[in-house]
Amino acid sequence: MNKEDLKAISSQVRRDIVRMVSAVKSGHPGGSLGCADFLTYLYFEVMNDNSSNFTMDALNEDVFFLSNGHISPVWYSVLARKGYFPVSELATFRKISSRLQGHPSTDKNLEGVRMASGSLGQGLSVAVGTAQTKKLNEDTSIVYTLHGDGELQEGQIWEAAMYAAANKVDNLIATIDFNGRQIDGDVEDVLSLGSLSEKWQAFGWEVLEMDGHNFENIHSTMTEAKNKVGHGKPVVIIMSTEMGMGVDFMMGTHKWHGVAPNDEQLSSALSQLKETLGDY
Amino acid sequence: MESIEILGNKDTRSGFGEGLAELGAENENVVALCADLTGSLKMNAFQNAFPERFFQVGIAEANMMGMAAGMTIGGKIPFTGTFANFSTGRVYDQIRQSIAYSQKNVKICASHAGLTLGEDGATHQILEDIGMMRMLPNITVVVPADFNQTKQATKAIADHDGAVYLRFGRPVMPIFIKPDAIFQIGKADLIQEGTDVTIIACGHMVWKSIEAAQLLSAEGISVELINMHTIKPLDEEAILKSVAKTKCVVTAEEHMANGGLGEAVARVLASNTPFPQEFIAVDDSFGESGQPMDLMEKYGLGASHIHAAARKAIQRKA
Repeated sequence: MNKEDLKAISSQVRRDIVRMVSAVKSGHPGGSLGCADFLTYLYFEVMNDNSSNFTMDALNEDVFFLSNGHISPVWYSVLARKGYFPVSELATFRKISSRLQGHPSTDKNLEGVRMASGSLGQGLSVAVGTAQTKKLNEDTSIVYTLHGDGELQEGQIWEAAMYAAANKVDNLIATIDFNGRQIDGDVEDVLSLGSLSEKWQAFGWEVLEMDGHNFENIHSTMTEAKNKVGHGKPVVIIMSTEMGMGVDFMMGTHKWHGVAPNDEQLSSALSQLKETLGDY
Repeated sequence: MESIEILGNKDTRSGFGEGLAELGAENENVVALCADLTGSLKMNAFQNAFPERFFQVGIAEANMMGMAAGMTIGGKIPFTGTFANFSTGRVYDQIRQSIAYSQKNVKICASHAGLTLGEDGATHQILEDIGMMRMLPNITVVVPADFNQTKQATKAIADHDGAVYLRFGRPVMPIFIKPDAIFQIGKADLIQEGTDVTIIACGHMVWKSIEAAQLLSAEGISVELINMHTIKPLDEEAILKSVAKTKCVVTAEEHMANGGLGEAVARVLASNTPFPQEFIAVDDSFGESGQPMDLMEKYGLGASHIHAAARKAIQRKA
């Protein structure tokens, strides 16, 4: 898929995100917009997954876990656009009896979701477990995760990081959405992560850095990450992103972490995002 | 009481260890995780026989619960092992989100539950775990009574599709359940039939209740004794059938009164056919250091306490 095709998908994903959160006046557009390019690339170019016949066990399939579950809008949109479930179902997001819960869940059997997330810091442990099961099953596919940078303040992340390196869980590629913002403000002010790259290196991980809005850079970094699989170390990608990317008034601030646009703001946002694949 | 025979004396945790080792040989999908308490949980036999399926996670229980949840994806049946306190209170949110809400087939195996952990004291003597676990949807709660039953339960929960909390303990206690008894999740054991009072107990308190029933029997009181080894789902039919005869109940558990077996039974009675109930349980208090059986006496969990409660329950019958 060429860069223009990927851009077309991520533009539509961004439209889906702002329309979904606006429709229910709730949800998390900022981080969702920031991860639209990465998740588009991951699902359309990287992962060996089966969107037409979803199975919980994912035997011989790559698996993705969204650990920062609050950016569910971007994940739901990418899953629907990939064909996991009908695009029309995006209209039910956060509404009563919907399979598209505010934070992802398994209990309503939404294709593509294998683990509930929302309470932060748990997804890396889950991914390590699935990666270990793949090794026991002699399944050479890869486990991917996405985490917020603020989420790294949770201690469980570092328990999992320590375990994965000590036990050579090298079929795992974790990505950090490094947008530098969280609910109360800049990560640097709320609780600084310090030298993030050095922290992961000290924990024994292969560390890569990536521009989360540049498809050429995403391509080369993900290729490098995959090449590091099977060499004795887990891989983490520190991905620089802009919260709110693609909607001018949502960028450069933490304020759109968990706030939905009103009708006027929605119109402005949609005017900046090209409809490429048809709105749901 | 003639039918109750002491078959030996062992700790329930050893029943878990033996059951787990047998499971390892019978089912290659069974994996075990332990947070630096392999010896205490008696998981060495499994570890030695199946090192590739044994995962030492270190002192990191939150990660262990998350890993166990993740390991189910691809068909493994993970058994986690640590003390009851670190199996529940320390990791409640991990169990809630990654195991219960996510409907994962994890077996949370918890030793050293309750006061009988003994000398280590209140930091380790959890008395709230049954309550915490039975409040969660999608979790079955099993509290076996002796060594044999713990071994049987360990094997039975592997065949059950869904999360299970299996609670057992440290002290050496009499074995009275036959090694070939059939353990069925959710189906209470009728230890002894009687007509004057029903005693419903779980875990170590089943033996204490047998002792109490012997005292009561000597006084001419006929006790029906139920081993309620599954707290959730609760065998309501067994409770209602028994109280229809005896018309009063004593519940006995090595746990806080709040949230435990007694309250679960009280709900069944209140919703169906209210009868007097007396609660043998810890009354809103932490434990402390001491020898296990001394602590049971101090905190009101001895056979004499069950005996007195039974007499009171009978007195309260209209």
